[in-house]
Amino acid sequence: MRTWNRRKTMVFWTVFSLILLIAVAVAGSLCSEAARTTDFSRKNLMPCLQYPFGTDWMGRDMFARTLKGLSLSILIGTLAAVISACIALLLGIGAATLGKRADGLITWIIDLIMGIPHLLLLILICVAAGRGLKGVIIGVAFTHWTSLARLIRAEVLQLKESPYIRIAEKLGKSRWYIAKNHMMPHLVPQFVVGLVLMFPHAILHESSITFLGFGLTSEQPAIGIILAESMQYLVLGKWWLALFPGLALILVVVLFYLLGENLRRLIDPGSAHE
Amino acid sequence: MVLQAKDVSFHYKESGPMILDRISFEVQEGERVGLRGKSGIGKTTLCRLMAGYEKPLSGQVLLDGRPVADYRGCCPVQMVWQHPEQAVNPRRRMHTVLDEGDRVSGRIVKELGIEEAWKTRFPAELSGGELQRFCIARALGESTRFLLADEISTMLDLITQSQIWNFLLEEAKRRNLGMVVVSHSDALLEHVCTRIVDI
Repeated sequence: MRTWNRRKTMVFWTVFSLILLIAVAVAGSLCSEAARTTDFSRKNLMPCLQYPFGTDWMGRDMFARTLKGLSLSILIGTLAAVISACIALLLGIGAATLGKRADGLITWIIDLIMGIPHLLLLILICVAAGRGLKGVIIGVAFTHWTSLARLIRAEVLQLKESPYIRIAEKLGKSRWYIAKNHMMPHLVPQFVVGLVLMFPHAILHESSITFLGFGLTSEQPAIGIILAESMQYLVLGKWWLALFPGLALILVVVLFYLLGENLRRLIDPGSAHE
Repeated sequence: MVLQAKDVSFHYKESGPMILDRISFEVQEGERVGLRGKSGIGKTTLCRLMAGYEKPLSGQVLLDGRPVADYRGCCPVQMVWQHPEQAVNPRRRMHTVLDEGDRVSGRIVKELGIEEAWKTRFPAELSGGELQRFCIARALGESTRFLLADEISTMLDLITQSQIWNFLLEEAKRRNLGMVVVSHSDALLEHVCTRIVDI
């Protein structure tokens, strides 16, 4: 292990978290049947070897339910974060290049959205969009783009005035050439890292509005639903119903964070020699 | 060809001081004009105006009677900046700097002492002098007729300075380039220039 430098360690953690997340997503979508099966002969079992996360009051395997819930969360998180990041990219670049008026308008929208409490706006959009999977994705996508859009706007504004881009203009390079060759190498890392670091946010917000009852419907075994339901059984001493799904959710969030952080440091030339 | 600044005035900020106040200045082809003056007097600003990076508040910068900012494609007036590390994209390899110039000939690259191995590196992996050679090569593309050198050798050691200036002198004579040289070193200006202007 001594021959490993920090860069290799970072690559290892990036690949490790990526594989684990994909494994969870795939495993979860494979056990949708197991997550729904009820069997009253095995209800309220403590965690044991056969049911590592125990079973609930209807005899459903909590491990399968947790996996399914996580894969649902990852799916929603990925979709919402991708849409959100694309909005951020378009509006960020638009604000920086389309003139003062467009800039003023877009900055105003960003301030407006940032000014409203996050969860409130999320619930509002989600309910207005018809709840369910679609509502949650739209709600999360439309509330999470603001800070990344700001970042991209600032980056483009700064790049536009940098000497090397002014020089490229004087050398007769087209706007397309400059955007592709000079701006992309600066924007892509920001974008990718912003995207990956948006996942944990999206997942947590999805779970919280589902927990509050504004998100997914109760027949879907989402983590938010599992946690909300198990609240009633917590006082009866069935601690495993909430503990393991909650921990698993935090683990997934940490994995995404790990992925994003390591990716950021890998792409950044400033840490190329670590 | 002739590059003229006619009565140009300029300030960066509305509320800021007037940096250039009705300056007139002219460079003929084949002429090497030295610009001398105290710090902050506007030498760099004048270069930026003459190269078309800024538009004058009043007055005109003309290249053969046409405003220099109106030239499309590769501009015949090129400027070499004082800080090479700001003039190259930190995220692109160095060969892209040479590719960006207007058909920079291999001879120029060779005579500037640019080594093959440098081309695949990132700017952070080269020294200021090495970067400046790339910037000079980039500015000396085929269509360049005027070269504005804004303190291009201030941060270099003496050997590199003389190497670069010997090359530039030869190149200017060979191609009959017009040059504007900004420097605080009187000795350098007297050695390089055909005429010195105090502003």
